[in-house]
Amino acid sequence: MNNSYDIVIIGAGVSGSAIARELSRYDCKVLVIEKDEDVCCGSSKANSGLVHAGYDAKPGTLKAKMNIRGNELMTALASDLDIPFKRIGSLVVCTDESRRSGIDELYERGIANGVHDMQILSASEVKELEPNISDNAVCALYAPTAGIICPFRLNIAMAECACQNGVEFVFNSPVISIDRIDEGFCVKTSAKTYTCSVVVNAAGCHADDIHNMVSSRKLHITPRRGDYLLLDRSCDGFVKHIIFPQPTDLGKGILVTPTVHGNTIIGPTAIDNDSKDEAPATSEGIAKVIEGSSRNVKGLPLKQVITSFSGLRSHEDGGDFIMEEVFDCPGFFDCAGIESPGLTACPAIGEYMAGLVADKLSLRLKSDWNGICHDVVKPFELPPEDREKLIREHPEYGRIICRCETITEGEIIDSIRRPLGAVSLDGVKRRTRAGMGRCQGGFCSPRVMEIISRETGISLDQVTKNGGSSKIVYGRTKDEI
Amino acid sequence: MRSDIVIIGGGPAGLAAAVAAAKYDPSLDIMILERDAELGGILNQCIHNGFGLHTFNEELTGPEYAERFEAQLPDLGIKFMLNTMVLDVASSSVTAVNSDQGLFNIECGAVILCMGCRERPRGALNIPGLRPAGVFTAGTAQRLVNIEGYMPGKEVVILGSGDIGLIMARRMTLEGAKVKAVCELMPYSGGLKRNIVQCLDDFGIPLFLSHTVIDIKGKERVTSVVIAEVDSNSKPIPGTEEEITCDTLLLSCGLIPENELSRAAGIKINPSTNGPVVNESFETSIKGIFACGNVLHVHDLVDYVSEESARAGISAAKYVKSSSFGEDCSVIEIKAGTGVRYTVPSFIRLGEIDDNVTVRFRSGNVYKNSYVDVLFDGEQKYHRRKQIITPGEMEQVILKKEDLEKAAGEITVAITES
Repeated sequence: MNNSYDIVIIGAGVSGSAIARELSRYDCKVLVIEKDEDVCCGSSKANSGLVHAGYDAKPGTLKAKMNIRGNELMTALASDLDIPFKRIGSLVVCTDESRRSGIDELYERGIANGVHDMQILSASEVKELEPNISDNAVCALYAPTAGIICPFRLNIAMAECACQNGVEFVFNSPVISIDRIDEGFCVKTSAKTYTCSVVVNAAGCHADDIHNMVSSRKLHITPRRGDYLLLDRSCDGFVKHIIFPQPTDLGKGILVTPTVHGNTIIGPTAIDNDSKDEAPATSEGIAKVIEGSSRNVKGLPLKQVITSFSGLRSHEDGGDFIMEEVFDCPGFFDCAGIESPGLTACPAIGEYMAGLVADKLSLRLKSDWNGICHDVVKPFELPPEDREKLIREHPEYGRIICRCETITEGEIIDSIRRPLGAVSLDGVKRRTRAGMGRCQGGFCSPRVMEIISRETGISLDQVTKNGGSSKIVYGRTKDEI
Repeated sequence: MRSDIVIIGGGPAGLAAAVAAAKYDPSLDIMILERDAELGGILNQCIHNGFGLHTFNEELTGPEYAERFEAQLPDLGIKFMLNTMVLDVASSSVTAVNSDQGLFNIECGAVILCMGCRERPRGALNIPGLRPAGVFTAGTAQRLVNIEGYMPGKEVVILGSGDIGLIMARRMTLEGAKVKAVCELMPYSGGLKRNIVQCLDDFGIPLFLSHTVIDIKGKERVTSVVIAEVDSNSKPIPGTEEEITCDTLLLSCGLIPENELSRAAGIKINPSTNGPVVNESFETSIKGIFACGNVLHVHDLVDYVSEESARAGISAAKYVKSSSFGEDCSVIEIKAGTGVRYTVPSFIRLGEIDDNVTVRFRSGNVYKNSYVDVLFDGEQKYHRRKQIITPGEMEQVILKKEDLEKAAGEITVAITES
């Protein structure tokens, strides 16, 4: 029966995709079930894009361990999977003399967690590194191992790699029920029913709902919204490091950082949200982002904001990651409560969770596993000779579709045709950056729609922004005449 | 590759500049580089009429207006490349890419920047709410309807009363959609009076001044928006919220000149226009690079774009042909005084004027029964009564050559209330 798998992973965010990639090393049949139309649709798509150094989490917690291990693994993973990643370092800036001791505490915690190379910098040293830092800066914790990464490529690349090693993915398939059957589980989605020996629950904000289908010890996740503003690439260089305020009980606070693509991002807020699926930005949230960021840096060019967005963290009541086999449901593994530093931790989460599952099923490693994956070919990042050759052989790499980010038709076609290719406007955007620039798709979205329609064989009025009923146009003009 | 003049952009500005330069000196080798698949720029999607009243004394559609210029290109020997994106600009060379040539350079005598402008997107407006499909800039919706032939939606709310938004209110209505409201944050419209009358009033579409959108609802596709009245600080007034069911929100909240190439080239930008600072010849702060049309400052009428661009084209031709162009350094600065947001040009070099100089500007507010004053070194030279001056309509004063020749160092254009 082809709906039968060894392992079903629920959720194709960074956690689910990392676990899928790690499990694809083993000789086993794996299915990833995703409720949305693409990978990277939940918390993984809307976050700060950071690789944390690891001084935040309480020593001994899973958050601390996974952060440190994830940070260590990221260099090799980014290189293997062609993910934009830069270790630019982070600064936790103290702007209040009376809270100076808090920086020492963070330093000590970092040491306890195993963070390398940290330093406490004086106000003048901070100023030298970051000329736009607030004049109130007293000192800062500098952690050179912190970095910035493209969260979309990280997620997509891990899923692509899993796919190329035999993991199957199904989309638009919310899980409706999970029933225990002989030697495993029956997982019912809105589309189909699957059987498997092991379930891995990596359902993000919905991980409690999935867990509570099978266990008597209930989990409770609060979706906690983070609002962000993104600044145009013309502000590149405004800050050079990840700049955090001193953490408070409410979280790590509003940060200011460059992104790997040269934008500047500010945020996030931390506001408990009613819905697990809808994260509406509010004017209060946007105001908080602006207010918070301007406390640490001065003269932020807020006129250069090109978009605002909000993401949801899956905060579990216990406060730590939950990564274990559920005590009253053997064969069912939770990977829940993966809020910050989840993006940093994902390579470690994949390693750890796959290890638990491999032990459970006594899996054997494959001999032909291929852990290398290449990103969409970007003509403007190639050496001139290679670019000329590419355009000569494939003229579509000489046709610019997205003006703001200089993205060619060739890149968009590749993003659609590749394994687990894009099926929506947002899918193309996350894989190529077409529409992510300063005009936010004003010029290119009709043209990207045409390419999606042509490549996937659907009519233009069936093209969606992000799946479901998010259609962009409503049929032809004069349709009713 | 080599050309005397390279023009970046084949919209109304680029076409008018090319035609004027070629007519000024038919021996010039002129090349237009256009990123789209055809010449004409945004005019191609402006299928309504109202273009050309000043230039041709008739009412043309956008494509017809563009055609008047395009038709002249073969006889004038003007060359163009389509689907060609310029990546880098310097005063004597332009780098571009297309499918045929790959990445290539054109060495040139002068460059004219005619890249036009883009629309301010939702993200730049900080509108709270969800991010469903169905939020478009008015120009994107115009392309979908007029070029692609698809309906962006059936029940529409428009935020912003810029001209494209007003034109799209009418277009969507004619195509069978219901336009429920146009909201404008300011207490006055950002568009032309004639568009308010012809596109809203004639169709019974309500315009809510001092209103904005404070929430967008709908997870996958827009299901409604919440609008509210704003106070004099543009802050929503509690209790005035109204939810309007709709599937589409169009944005017409301002145009931004596309000066990424200019900035990268190191050209000085005027923060009020977001376009280059230019002199009487439309030359930027870099010698040999000229700018005209909406990349310079956002215009209300294309006729003015054509007129200004023709001057820029002739100036570029003179620059290429004459080694002494711009050598006269007697410079008069033009300042934006009370009520005036900016002026174009910002400088006049007396040696380069052979005629009167038209100074264009926009006001920062609505002024009724007031005066446009021009002061030469503080002394009032021009004093003209205007019934109404609004930010949505471009104003101009024409400075006579003989007056300029008597001026010393500084001219101020200001609005005084009576």
